Amino acid sequence: VSETATKKTALYEEHVKLGAKMVPFGGWLMPVQYTSIMEEHQAVRKNIGMFDISHMGQFIVEGNGGRSLLNTMLTNNIDKLDVGQGQYTFLLNDKGGIIDDLIVYRVGYKEFLLVVNASCTDEDYDWLDRHRPSDARLGDRSAHFGGVAIQGPRVTELFVNLPERNHIVDLEIDGMPISMARTGYTGEDGVEVFFRNSDAAKFWNAVLEKGKSLDLKPCGLGSRDTLRLEMCYPLNGSDLSPERNPIEAGLGFFVDLTKPEFVGRDVLLKTKENGPREKLVPFRMKDKGPPPRPHYSVFENGERIGEVTSGTLSPSLNWGVGMAYVSAPHAKIGSQIEIEIRGQRFPATIEKKPLYKKS
Amino acid sequence: MNVPDDLLYTESHEWIRREGDKIRVGITDHAQSELTDVVFVELPKIDRQANAKEAIAVVESVKAASDIYAPVKGTVVEANKALEADPGLINREPFGQGWLFVMKIDNPDDLTNLKDAAAYKKQIG
Repeated sequence: VSETATKKTALYEEHVKLGAKMVPFGGWLMPVQYTSIMEEHQAVRKNIGMFDISHMGQFIVEGNGGRSLLNTMLTNNIDKLDVGQGQYTFLLNDKGGIIDDLIVYRVGYKEFLLVVNASCTDEDYDWLDRHRPSDARLGDRSAHFGGVAIQGPRVTELFVNLPERNHIVDLEIDGMPISMARTGYTGEDGVEVFFRNSDAAKFWNAVLEKGKSLDLKPCGLGSRDTLRLEMCYPLNGSDLSPERNPIEAGLGFFVDLTKPEFVGRDVLLKTKENGPREKLVPFRMKDKGPPPRPHYSVFENGERIGEVTSGTLSPSLNWGVGMAYVSAPHAKIGSQIEIEIRGQRFPATIEKKPLYKKS
Repeated sequence: MNVPDDLLYTESHEWIRREGDKIRVGITDHAQSELTDVVFVELPKIDRQANAKEAIAVVESVKAASDIYAPVKGTVVEANKALEADPGLINREPFGQGWLFVMKIDNPDDLTNLKDAAAYKKQIG
């Protein structure tokens, strides 16, 4: 992948100090790992890990028209949110295709925080702004705010009085005003914390220090990807794209078709009625062997039925796993499929979500 | 980054140790560090003949699959089966137990096309 990464988060110097391997991602220079993807993955599953998520975009929507802007632009129902609550949702194009997946938090009665994917920040902003009524304000605070995800079962030992699942609260820690949300992308208990860039290094180092006794590890994008894939959480750009809609991605739960109107609704209604042509399914390799990778072809009984969008060796299972779009009639749990790897086909089974469950 | 002086190197990050009319081949410390945790290795078959710069093995990390190339023309005579059970050897001992394969080389003069340690150090900066 050739990307020109020019941007550095407020935590860049901290990553370099810790010896992180920095790679371009979504226009940013981000840590892919500090010591080892496998070790960092296990730290999150067993203890606790901290990720820099400052590359993600942060928007604030305010004003009388804010609620209606978001309910028209996002697939989930904003009205289901109490103040202090967040939800996973999609921003679609006119064809129902996915521009971005994001979390929207209702931080005040008429105030919302949107946390969006780094590489989509500009496009999301433009698309929202183009539909913005005059009584809604849209602000991009990404340049001034950063964040970290602190994930793992021992998070409850790190912080007391955590917000409830999917809730967000404003707190002050060591004089730093922060927002803390009980959300994440790893399948473990954890929080995502948002702060001013001027507090980023101080907050990061305070957590590293406090987390020492809990074996907290700084974690890079490498383990973020393996952790999310074990849970079958989609990655925009791999599993989601403007050519795919949430129904095909198996994420209809985050689409409220009872809302009278939102961008992409007509297409999604049709997809729901007729059934999607292809579906995103998780799979697990049958034997030990080469791990599956994006773009590998998927076969069933000699017929090509689809393509892998995410694949890796699952560090928790020590086994090859992935997700693939396959033609809908073949998308059955338990189906025996084959993944073509360098000209050779390897057996795999379509599985239920998630690919990894805590024992 | 460790770059032993007594080895030869390719631009594609293989190291080569001459052993008479054979060469032992692995990937460099720099390469294993760039790849991150190696989780799978596809070794070349014994007796496979290959030209210089022909892909004959694959090293896969958590992140990606990378081709490994024959440094010079020759025939594979040995492959490191230990990597099948423990691919992490490549990360832990890239110049030792993490070797990949041994080739009998057609023409020792071909080795003059490879880089010495100084040239490889310069390449990786």
